[in-house]
This record gives sequence, C-alpha cells and structure tokens, in this order.
Amino acid sequence: MDILHIATAGSVDDGKSTLIGRLLYETRSVTKDKLEAIQQASKRRGVDFLDLSLLTDGLIAEREQGITIDVAHVYFNTANRKYIIADTPGHFEYTRNMVTGASRVAVSIILIDARNGIVEQTARHYFIASLLRIPKVIVCINKMDLVGYSQTRFDEIVADFKKLAGDYAENQALHFIPASSLYGYNITQRAEAFHWYSGPTLLELLENTEIQHLRKQAARFQVQMVIRPRLLQNAGDQHPQSEALHDYRGYAGRIGSGSLAVGDQVCVLPNQQLSTITQIERLGQAQPVAYAGESVTIQLADDIDIRRGSLLAHPDTKPIARTQLNARLCWLDHQALNVGKTYILQHGVHSVRAKVAQIHGIVDVVSQQLNEGPPTIKLNEIGDVTLRISPAIFADRYAENTANGTFILIDEWSNNTVGVGFVS
Amino acid sequence: MVAGPSGEMALVCQLRNSMFIYESNFAANSILDLSSNGAHSSFPRELEDESIYILRETAAQFERPAILFSGGKDSIVVTHLAVKAFAPGKVPFPLLHIDTGHNFPETLAYRDEMVHRLGLELIVRYVQDSIDKGMAREETGKYASRNVLQTVTLLDAIETLKFDACIGGARRDEEKARAKERLFSVRNEFGQWDAQRQRPELFHMLNGRIATGENVRVFPISNWTELDVWRYIQEENLDLPSIYFSHQRPVFDRDGLVWADSPYINKSADEQPYVATVRFRTVGDMTCTAAVKSSANTLDDIITEIRAAEISERGARIDDKRSEAAMEKRKRDGYF
Repeated sequence: MDILHIATAGSVDDGKSTLIGRLLYETRSVTKDKLEAIQQASKRRGVDFLDLSLLTDGLIAEREQGITIDVAHVYFNTANRKYIIADTPGHFEYTRNMVTGASRVAVSIILIDARNGIVEQTARHYFIASLLRIPKVIVCINKMDLVGYSQTRFDEIVADFKKLAGDYAENQALHFIPASSLYGYNITQRAEAFHWYSGPTLLELLENTEIQHLRKQAARFQVQMVIRPRLLQNAGDQHPQSEALHDYRGYAGRIGSGSLAVGDQVCVLPNQQLSTITQIERLGQAQPVAYAGESVTIQLADDIDIRRGSLLAHPDTKPIARTQLNARLCWLDHQALNVGKTYILQHGVHSVRAKVAQIHGIVDVVSQQLNEGPPTIKLNEIGDVTLRISPAIFADRYAENTANGTFILIDEWSNNTVGVGFVS
Repeated sequence: MVAGPSGEMALVCQLRNSMFIYESNFAANSILDLSSNGAHSSFPRELEDESIYILRETAAQFERPAILFSGGKDSIVVTHLAVKAFAPGKVPFPLLHIDTGHNFPETLAYRDEMVHRLGLELIVRYVQDSIDKGMAREETGKYASRNVLQTVTLLDAIETLKFDACIGGARRDEEKARAKERLFSVRNEFGQWDAQRQRPELFHMLNGRIATGENVRVFPISNWTELDVWRYIQEENLDLPSIYFSHQRPVFDRDGLVWADSPYINKSADEQPYVATVRFRTVGDMTCTAAVKSSANTLDDIITEIRAAEISERGARIDDKRSEAAMEKRKRDGYF
C-alpha cells in the first residue's frame, strides 16, 4: 500500500473543511466519539452548525479565536491507499504555513468558491504550488450548488485559471472539478446535477495519481550515519557482536531520488572517489535495488572516507560542487533576513555556513513580478538571492531535482529554522 | 440550499444521510470498499522508511537520546523500529520507563522479557520516588491517578540523566493537540510545549539544534494511524503484552466506561466489580485506561474490530476526558 501526500489550503469560507470532512466521512475515517465531540463543541461555541474545522483545530488558542494557526495533518484510507492531508490555514502566516505543509506533497487541492471565481488567494495558492513544483494541481470549483450547477460559470472559471497559470501549466498536470462539498457531489460520488460533467470525481483523481515522480530523477543518496557494529555497542553489553561483524561498515540513509542498485558504480562526494555498491539492505533484508524514499543501508566495495553528509550519485549524473548559488528564498521567521549575517545552511542532513551576498528582489506572489531594491526579506516574503557557502554543497537545481535542490537556513543564535531555499 | 446556519444544518443531515447511503452502496463502490484487505502488504512501508530516517537523525544529531518506553503497543513499535534502524549494530540508546507503580503486571513482565530478548539497556524511574522526595503530591478523590505526576518524574530523569532527546510513540491521529505536533518538538528546561512557536519542518530536513537546558521530544511514528500500528504488528509478527487480547478480568462500570478493578482506584460503594471478557485497546497505567468488552483473540480479530469501531482509541483514555484541551494542557506542562 502506498501513501499519497496532499496539501489543501484556504479559509473556512470556501468550504475547505467541509470538503475534508466529506472525504473523512465517506471513507469512514471519523469515529462517532470524535463526531459527537465536534457537535458538543460547536454548540458550546454558540453555532448551530457542525463546525468541521474543530476536527483539526485542536489548540486552545485556535478554538478561542476561531482561527487555524498551524498546519494540521489529517489521515484517511481507501482500499488502495493511505492519504495524508496537510491542511494549512488560509490567512494566518499564510506563506510560511503553506510552504511547510506543501513541502513534500504530490497533489495540491486548490478550492475556489464558484460565486467568487478567482481571487487573490487563488493566485497565492497557485504561485506556491508552482514554486514547489507540485506535480499535480486539482482545482476544485466548489459551491456549484449556489450557482445553479451552471456549466457556463464552471467554464468561465476554468478559462480564467488557465490564463493565470499561463505557460507554467505545461509542466504540471492541471485538473478542474465542479463540486458541491456540502452535498457531496463529485467528491466521492457523482450526481445528476452535473450531468454535463463526465470527468472523474475528486477521490477518483486522487486514487489514480501516480506518485513515483521522485524515482525519475537522478539518484541521490545522502549518508545519515555510518553503522559500525563494533563501535555501536552499549556499555556493559551482555550480547557481544559476533566476530563476523568486526569489519562491517554500512552507510545508512534514505534514497532522496532516483534508484541505486547492487553493482552500480557510484561517485562519493565531496571526495569524488569511485566505488561499487556490493549490498543494499532495507529494514534488515537484502534487496537488489533501492528507490527514492526508502531507508536503506548500503555497503561499498572499497574502504573510503565516508561520513554523515557524504553524497552518493552515479558518476555521469552527479551534482556539481557549489560555493555560491542563486536561490529563491522563502522567509519563515519574525526576525527578517540579515544580509551579511552568517547562517547555518542545512542541505538534507548536511550542515554548512552561508551568507546572503545579494538580494535581487522580492517576488510579488500575485503578479509574479520581481520588485527590486529591498534591503531585506521579511516573514512570509519570497525573494531571489545569491548565497556564498562554505564548504561547498552538492545541490541540484530544484527544477531538475526536487529532493536535492532545497535547503533550510538556521539562525545559530536562536536555533530556529528561519528560511527555506530552492536552488535556481 | 443557502449559505449560513440553515445550509450548514442541511450539511449535518446530509453527512449523516451520506453515511447511510454510503453503507448501503458499500459493496458496489470499489474505491470505498474498505473490506478488501488486499492479501499482500496492507501496511504502507513508506511509514517505516520515514520512522527509521527520523530515528537515525536522532542518533546522529543528539548526544544522549532515550526511548520513552511505556509497555504500550506504540512504544513497542518504536523500539522494534530502532532495532531495525541500526542493524546489524545495536540500538545506540537506552529505554527509559517512567513507572507510576500502577502498571498492569502483564506490561512489566512483557517489558523485562523484551529488554532481555533484544539486549537493550533499560532505565526505570519511579513516580513513588518523586512523591517521597516531595516533588509531587498524590492526587485524591474518585479520579485520583498518577498520570499527571509522571511528568514530574520524567522531567527529573531528563535533567539528572542529561537526556537531550526523548523518543516517544505519540501519533498525530490520536488527539487533536497531537495533530499539530512536530517530529522534533523542542521543549524548554521545564519540558514545556509552546504550540505557537514551533519550528517549521520542511521536506525531510530535521533541525535538532537546541540550547543548553533545552531538550527535544522525537515522534517517529507521528504519521501512523492506529490501524497502521496494528497492521504493522501483524506483518512484523510482534509480540504484545497479553492484555491487548481478550481475557477475563474483574471490572466495574464508571461514566459509561469499563474500568479494570485494582487496588489503585478509589471505588464508591455502588461500583461493584464483576468479571467480564475484555481487552485493552490502549494501555497506560491501571488508573487511566479503560477496557473494551471484546472477544478479539488474535491480531486479525483486533484489526477487524478496530475497523468497525465507532469510538476512537483515546475514547478509552480517562486522562483525556478531563477537559476538551486536557492533552494540550498536559503537553504545555511537559507531558509527551
């Protein structure tokens, strides 16, 4: 069974929580006691409707203020798949939350209220979905019941959205669904009201989404740790390891993208040494090939200098060393970017130092124009920068490798994660 | 069919109706047919890959991590994952059990057998010692429990044993405050969780940097659901404490729940124990975990029972029933 990661974003007004509620109900993922708790809480809050946001708005501050503050994770299952929805709030620290929630998803669901059509928030959603290069975007044109299930209205919004997406849509699967989440139409079940629509329901689209996109990229494997049983024994160990493991050296990590197979020649970075994979173990069992996402332990034919942060790649598709790079940077902290300050740059599991050498401009997420000249990047802003890095990192352009083309910036005084970058 | 309350009332009815309609269409709709168990793997292995990645990051980023081991199924799964993550090497951290003194005896027997079988290091700290030292005070009354007091003993253990990362088996699907928890959850020296100042976690990058005195709670099975845990236990053929399976036990009824009778609970005169066939769906100590009446004897039976259940797992946790935000309040005070 595989897992489909989905991001949803938007405010309560466009029917997002009703939509998620629908998916949960109709896949029988909400239990009676949780439903009753929501009913009681809805009553206590003085509203006479079932407020499904209470399913996910778990924090005291969220319930007191009636707002969603943080990304919530929602789970449901069908017979084929497990689904994880990262549901992000519509207004509160919008960009930060949406980038965080959408950072590892295969599908983004953008909700549009059929009465209002495309609004500024729709443009923001789509901009972030494109920045993150989410492979599939499903535009759910909701509340169709309030516009008389009008096909004309649906076609209008689709045309407007395609204009907004422009050329970018060519790199992305873009789908449009007319729906009424209130009545459950086209969410998991069809309805006569949409006799003019012959496409899939939302759940059918999700069920048929291919999620192996990371496998198609070049192989990248970062070493998390070196497993040497002789050195890992606990003090006072009553179960000494056998002599057979005395020379065992396994490189533990998760395949970031692509695949690696036993017999493959690999280049180990940063030292540029070549070796051959002699064994791949996943979860205690040997296997001939390992694919993106799998946590494995790899053994090589040669005893070479490999440590945490070393990167294995095929020699012909290996990434280049970068001591300077251009990136699109999304700022996540209340303390604005300080040009000239040294930050810790974490690329996967590997940490180095970085400084912002230049800010080229801030992106207007609605018009997608670059506004030049600002001295800093503030919380929830997205800017284009040049970074200087030491020592070099072996990152790809995000457009070519989504697993190896991102990094985070950490403030070494507060230890907070303050920014996320996409190598350009 | 208008916006606003009346429209939303329609929603309540609609949702109920759709559940009804859905059930009657159950077999006809293949996507929604949850009854087909798929003879091959029904456990999503990606969850295991992620958990192992998190455990390895914990070993690499911290100096002295520990697994918080309660004897419950979630901490058993976490321990099993740790064994796999570092194989053929040893698990590079000890288990820490905060013992309330009110454990099910079956849980303790299981714990000791497992630690021996896997060759792990076990550290036990006792709530009774915190009480004796005057650091914590026993609750009184009908609902007296040592569940909250565990936090005191835990924070003391973290400080004296200098643990910088404590690995727990909490899951986001369990409870709504936990739904917003991070994989690496930074706590200050009082163990406090500040829900509104959490670090964003992007892609797979985990930032475990902390200042002196701070520590991190690590939740490697955050994205697992209760069903995932059971399917994993089944596929991996893991042993569990016997109380998870149907057995006969003296119980009594309180607040619509079935409580295990024990000397640690203050019963009123009208709460008469009787013997019933029960099992436990979730296991804390004897004062805060309710039983469910069940004849489920095997993992297959249990999985079938859970899939048909109308009550969530934490519905049997007496500690959560104290208020709507009981969990968040405890977490703010250093609970895991």
